Amino acid sequence: MAEHQAQSAVMDPLAHQFDDLQQQHEASNFGMWIFLATEVMFFGGMFAGYTIYRHEYFTAFAAGSHLLNWKFGATNTAVLICSSLTMALAVHAAQTGKRKALVTFLILTILLGMAFLGIKFTFEWSRDWNENLIPGELIAGHPFAPQGEILKQLQEAHAGLPQVELFMFFYFALTGFHALHMVVGIGLLTVLTVMAWQGRFSPERFNPVEGSGLYWHFVDIVWIFLFPLLYLIGGIS
Amino acid sequence: MAGHVVPQKVYFVIFALLIGLTGLTTWVATLDMPSPWNTVVALAIAIFKASLVILFFMHVKYSSNLTRAAVVAGFFWLAILLVFTLSDILTRQWIPQSTGWTTTIESPH
Repeated sequence: MAEHQAQSAVMDPLAHQFDDLQQQHEASNFGMWIFLATEVMFFGGMFAGYTIYRHEYFTAFAAGSHLLNWKFGATNTAVLICSSLTMALAVHAAQTGKRKALVTFLILTILLGMAFLGIKFTFEWSRDWNENLIPGELIAGHPFAPQGEILKQLQEAHAGLPQVELFMFFYFALTGFHALHMVVGIGLLTVLTVMAWQGRFSPERFNPVEGSGLYWHFVDIVWIFLFPLLYLIGGIS
Repeated sequence: MAGHVVPQKVYFVIFALLIGLTGLTTWVATLDMPSPWNTVVALAIAIFKASLVILFFMHVKYSSNLTRAAVVAGFFWLAILLVFTLSDILTRQWIPQSTGWTTTIESPH
């Protein structure tokens, strides 16, 4: 008898605390959005700080923005939008009960997320490291000290070095926390892929897929704002 | 079945729009507009892109009013943070400040 109950608990898509599937779906989405509201505040604080100093040190922030390569920023924006599409298609596959399509789209989303991080690390952050553009002394013995052409470029823009360093602080804090969210998202999607492969989702119950999808799209939205604010504000040519 | 199933075609249209708008925002950055307008246009495009993601990819267009209330609340509180902070920062120059009792003393050389 006990065994029978355990069996039915696994098979029943409706958790016992809910009246029906609609309510269960509603509760799952509502909870995820409450969490995302806290995420809006988390990134919002940094965006507010960025706005104030962008106003205060207008030229230095424009000069700092010129230290970033907008081509990588634009490429990564496209990569993330593609990953949002595959994520949306994964949710669609879960809703319509297509197990293989679900697994495929989840894996594609993971790969696109990794491509984003790969571009960020190999072409952007490592270059900032080599050019001594890491702000503060986050890494001992490796202070913010632009040299050569970059230093000349900053001086010609009449940008104060401490103010440019502040821009780089915002750049690393914002893109760093964004990348951390990507890593968490990839972790979530990996678990989902395994669960999807095992056939744990059905058109009646796919809340984890949809919830993780909301998270993934949110991280995409953060980048949609980061791209113009960090890469494009100084104007590009 | 729980939740509204959005036709795949909608996702592809939104995807194309998002890619197009990314191109547009990049192109606008090459223009040299008078002072605040580059930022205003860039932010307007970003807000429009975010709205597309929220409404279609995140299904808010098809969600219940309860979910919509949670979405609006999150961004409303962000607006409070930004508006109140900026109403301080941007208006500090408006009223000349008294320097109080402190006076500037020239140091003798």
